[in-house]
Amino acid sequence: MTGRFRRLAETDRPAIRLTVDGAPIDALEGDTLMVAMLTAGDALRDSEFGAGAFEGHAGDGRRAGFCLMAACQDCWVWTAAGDRVRACSTMAQDGMAISTHQPEASWAAVT
Amino acid sequence: MGGSDMSGHRVIIIGAGPAGTRAAQTLVRAGLRPIVIDEGRRSGGQIYRRQPDNFTRPYSALYGTEAERARDVHATFDALIPHIDYRADTLVWNVADGHVWASCEGQTQAIPYDALIVCSGATDRLAPVPGWQAAGCYSLGGAQIALKAQGVAVGHRVLFLGTGPLLYLVASQYAKAGADVAAVLDTSALGLRLRAAGKLAAQPDLLWQGLRLTLDLKRRGIPVLTGIRPVEIHGHPHSGVAGITVARGGRTWRFDGDAVAMGWHLRPETQVADLARVPFAFDAATRQWLPVVDDDGRAGNAVYLAGDGARILGARCAEVTGELAAMAALADLGHVADADRRRALLAQKGDYVRFASGLAQAFPWPADMVAQVGDDTIVCRCESVTAATLRASVGAAHAQEANRAKAFSRVGMGRCQGRYCGNAAAEIIAAARAAPIESAGRLRGQAPVKPIPVALRRTDV
Repeated sequence: MTGRFRRLAETDRPAIRLTVDGAPIDALEGDTLMVAMLTAGDALRDSEFGAGAFEGHAGDGRRAGFCLMAACQDCWVWTAAGDRVRACSTMAQDGMAISTHQPEASWAAVT
Repeated sequence: MGGSDMSGHRVIIIGAGPAGTRAAQTLVRAGLRPIVIDEGRRSGGQIYRRQPDNFTRPYSALYGTEAERARDVHATFDALIPHIDYRADTLVWNVADGHVWASCEGQTQAIPYDALIVCSGATDRLAPVPGWQAAGCYSLGGAQIALKAQGVAVGHRVLFLGTGPLLYLVASQYAKAGADVAAVLDTSALGLRLRAAGKLAAQPDLLWQGLRLTLDLKRRGIPVLTGIRPVEIHGHPHSGVAGITVARGGRTWRFDGDAVAMGWHLRPETQVADLARVPFAFDAATRQWLPVVDDDGRAGNAVYLAGDGARILGARCAEVTGELAAMAALADLGHVADADRRRALLAQKGDYVRFASGLAQAFPWPADMVAQVGDDTIVCRCESVTAATLRASVGAAHAQEANRAKAFSRVGMGRCQGRYCGNAAAEIIAAARAAPIESAGRLRGQAPVKPIPVALRRTDV
């Protein structure tokens, strides 16, 4: 899969590896989760709304974030612990396991 | 315990951009130890956002003509840290009964204040364009942050759409950094810029900077089109943006690209001020409701506003209004005011106000374009609500203002809480009723101002 984002500078940083939905991706130390995921792939998650507009998916298409300043909440992803985080304002860490789908039991897990 | 002076006055500053930094500096100079609450991990705000510690680009590469200002704002804040109670990575999600509710790492705290200085900054003002829900559409400010804070471009071939100084600045920063800039597409006609030149001359170097950016883009062979209307952002639900078609007069242009950086200047982030019960008034020049403050930033009830969170006057002016607001708070708490300094700051602010009115004239919000947006166009990106649904709520449910239309159509109810659809929704509602836009009202700020975890542990009791 080709990356959506293109690295233009600061490429001489130590490599880190994380997984997204179980698949390994390579990133660089200092990347946000969003940059790690979008230099390796082209989207962060599926839209949950607009049903029927996109065959085979619940919503109307893939989403890849929008504002990058923690205001739009279009970049939500989930950690292995079930915590919802904004990919734009969370730093990628070596060994992180990210899920692009909300864990089903997450609402019960927090109580 | 932070936030108090020798007489026990507790002052809280929300935000650590240029306004928050100068406000904190002013309070510390007067002997106070303010609490500074910053949603960011490090100070700087958005415009002077810092790159991670292991990045090496110099200030000149990151901030261009504003490098020295950025360096000074950062150095000032760093030197203040031992003298303030700095709470980084902390979200203010409510203000009620003289307390700020702040959350950090799953814990929340209600912090009392005697004075509250809100420096909440701005976000991009967005207009809905057919296809803008596709992956690969980003706000202009977001596209700039990608480059500044992470050294990446938001696409391999980037289209720039919208209006305002940021459109040209970010496009030019992208080109300079080696990105492929496909086109710069401005909805404002060039003639408006010429007519506003007198007001823009209030900041000659900023006017000159703007002219230079445009020339630089043209010199690089990048198409720069003014006075256009976006027809459609082309794309696919799976692979995202593929290009854009724009029109002017009877002519259309199509450009290929895999990203669109879009924005129509900026809008103040006013939710916190709203929750602090600051009054709002309609501003005809920018066609939005804005918090009411006096010249110094006083908003009543011990609340003060500074920076772009009060009025979009730019980063330079945010330093001025941050200091002014802190001086006003100090004066109201019984400290002796420096009348000469205040006069000098007010004079500087006056020039920025004149410049900002020039910008509003040169790069107007495309109200007609938004009001006439096609029924199929998605207005709310969060929940994929179309203009047709919003218009139907105005007709069938008699939703004559924004909050009622929100309840019926869900426009403004999604996860961004109306930040990116609110300005457009007001235009569409007003046009559907053939009523003036101010009658559509404004989306009221709601706590929490951003989504917070369900399980927050309260630690102040």
